[in-house]
Amino acid sequence: MTAQDEPSFVSSSYFGQFGGRFAPETLVPALDELTTAYKKIQGDASFWSEFDSLSHDYSGRPTPLYFAEKLTDHCGGARIFLKREDLLHTGAHKINNALGQGLLAKKMGKQRIIAETGAGQHGVAAATICARLGLDCVVYMGEEDIRRQSHNVFRMKLLGAEVFPVSSGSKTLKDAINEAMRDWVTNVRNTYYLLGSVVGPHPYPTIVRDFQTIIGKETREQVMAKCGRLPDYIIACVGGGSNAIGIFHPFLKDTEVQLIGVEAAGRGIAVGKHAAPLIAGSIGVLHGAKSYVLQDEAGQIRETASIAAGLDYPSVGPEHSYYKTTGRIAYDAVEDKDALSAFLLLSQIEGIIPALESAHAISYAGKIASSLGKDKIIIINLSGRGDKDMDIVSEAMEKKQ
Amino acid sequence: MSRISSIFSQPGHKAFIAYVTVGYPSIEATLSTVSLLAENGCDMVELGIPFSDPIADGVTIQKASFHALKNGVTPERCLAVARELRQQVSIPLTFMSYFNPILHYGQENFCNDCASSGIDGLIIPDLPPNEGGELESLTQKHNLDLIYLLSPASTEERIRLIAQRSRGFIYLVSVTGVTGARNALPSDLKVFLSRVRKVSKQPLCVGFGISTPEQAGQIATVADGVIIGSRIIQLMDSGEPDTAQQIQDFARGVRKELDQ
Ligand SMILES: Cc1ncc(COP(=O)(O)O)c(C=O)c1O
Repeated sequence: MTAQDEPSFVSSSYFGQFGGRFAPETLVPALDELTTAYKKIQGDASFWSEFDSLSHDYSGRPTPLYFAEKLTDHCGGARIFLKREDLLHTGAHKINNALGQGLLAKKMGKQRIIAETGAGQHGVAAATICARLGLDCVVYMGEEDIRRQSHNVFRMKLLGAEVFPVSSGSKTLKDAINEAMRDWVTNVRNTYYLLGSVVGPHPYPTIVRDFQTIIGKETREQVMAKCGRLPDYIIACVGGGSNAIGIFHPFLKDTEVQLIGVEAAGRGIAVGKHAAPLIAGSIGVLHGAKSYVLQDEAGQIRETASIAAGLDYPSVGPEHSYYKTTGRIAYDAVEDKDALSAFLLLSQIEGIIPALESAHAISYAGKIASSLGKDKIIIINLSGRGDKDMDIVSEAMEKKQ
Repeated sequence: MSRISSIFSQPGHKAFIAYVTVGYPSIEATLSTVSLLAENGCDMVELGIPFSDPIADGVTIQKASFHALKNGVTPERCLAVARELRQQVSIPLTFMSYFNPILHYGQENFCNDCASSGIDGLIIPDLPPNEGGELESLTQKHNLDLIYLLSPASTEERIRLIAQRSRGFIYLVSVTGVTGARNALPSDLKVFLSRVRKVSKQPLCVGFGISTPEQAGQIATVADGVIIGSRIIQLMDSGEPDTAQQIQDFARGVRKELDQ
């Protein structure tokens, strides 16, 4: 697919009917400024050579495409490959976007960076890049997430970031974004908002996607080199949707490749305690974009639940909503307990401890792999590693016993 | 002329616009406070429809919104409150709401129900004109004023756009920031107002951060009206038996400063 075939360009704020810029007037000029700056770097060879060289030497790209032989044997069907974003510096794909936007902020002459974080992975990535580029960093994080991902809070502080606990609402990612937006509205003239996923007002969904498509571009080359053909399935977890769109995007026009995004079914879709807006939500506006949203009859945003803090969000990137309606990407959801089993399984048979977020994709892939022939190829985006999740998992295992 | 425009038709009259969150601390308090404000020199009231994620609001209105939501306040109940108030007061009433509850209600139905409930206009802090086309034509069909906001960060181009599209008046946000009472007025307010005056003959009302009658008076020397929200919520908040008296004194104080 050439760029022109895609609905999503930096000059358009919409993906079909989704996206847009439902933001306070104070932010509109800043979003325009960001759009202009982002357009400008498109043709700026020095920007991209710095991005490439830091991606390579600092973040650790390219990440391997690993044939998970033991997982494949265990499932007894399709061959399963893992795109190893977990091996990146700081432990998740989030660094790709943080690096890109950090360099962009620097180009724009913004010294103060703000970010939100759920699992803490984006916060750590932002704090890391700010340390490296000499920028000031403030991270907003819900109190509930601070409690369950405390390890990452310490890392951010160590890296020189200031971490502000957010005590409003559900005290999770949604509320951290609210607070980051309030900060941005207040300090818009000198502050760059380094948003961590493909959500928010235009142009964020496009910018974040573009910095994450490196995952899919590498995957494409690697699978061609290893298997001589494209995969049958690519599976990724979807919180805001950045790791998923990053690996899917370069395969969108290859209709023989089935793309599946996996949301968090939490304690169950039926009991209403989940974070699956694409599966169980309706169209609404949150954080500046029109997309699928979990909301009640009165249009209030509903509380979410997931064992994975990074998936615990009531909306999703507008581009995913678009591909849901076109049918190009399929979406499903995996419950906490199944993600946990997949977490343990991958740790025990592959010696790879995945992030709880990524474990949702592993669980889903495991389920379909067994029913597929050995000639089929599945690629899972292993978006991050699970070091941050030790407390949650040990707590959950104790409860089980 | 719309009920909102008529506030600005008397030369020299400065508008006092108040904001309350519907259902904070109770529906009864909203009803009595709006009447009290109307009797004591307030020209218009913005009825805030509470929202779960009020990104343009500071702590005072956030807290009021969460409280109101806990009390079960919905857009339907806000419309019912408007209908009841319309029997009691003749001043214009607007809704201040984030966009999602309106989108979810259905934009057409919402405008229709607003008009039949005696609402005169809408203020939507997360709906810039670029996204407001559909709601704009629906509001016009139902004779509602869709009031857009301008920020000191707005460029000349956006000032022109908003001046052209706003109805009733233009809501000038005094500072880049969220709602909330502040001690000092921003120093560049005069410059901001004159930038807007250059391209617009619309009435200009200033809101966000105004907390005393004296500040209101100062702003009225350059603006056509002032909008006070968080300070009124704080007064309603005090929990003291003489809350009504305090609100009355405050409203009269503002009126007096504006009339000087
Ligand atoms: C490892 C990992 N995977 C996935 C996500 C979800 O984000 P997204 O859907 O934007 O990839 C997070 C977010 O914190 C994460 O840390």
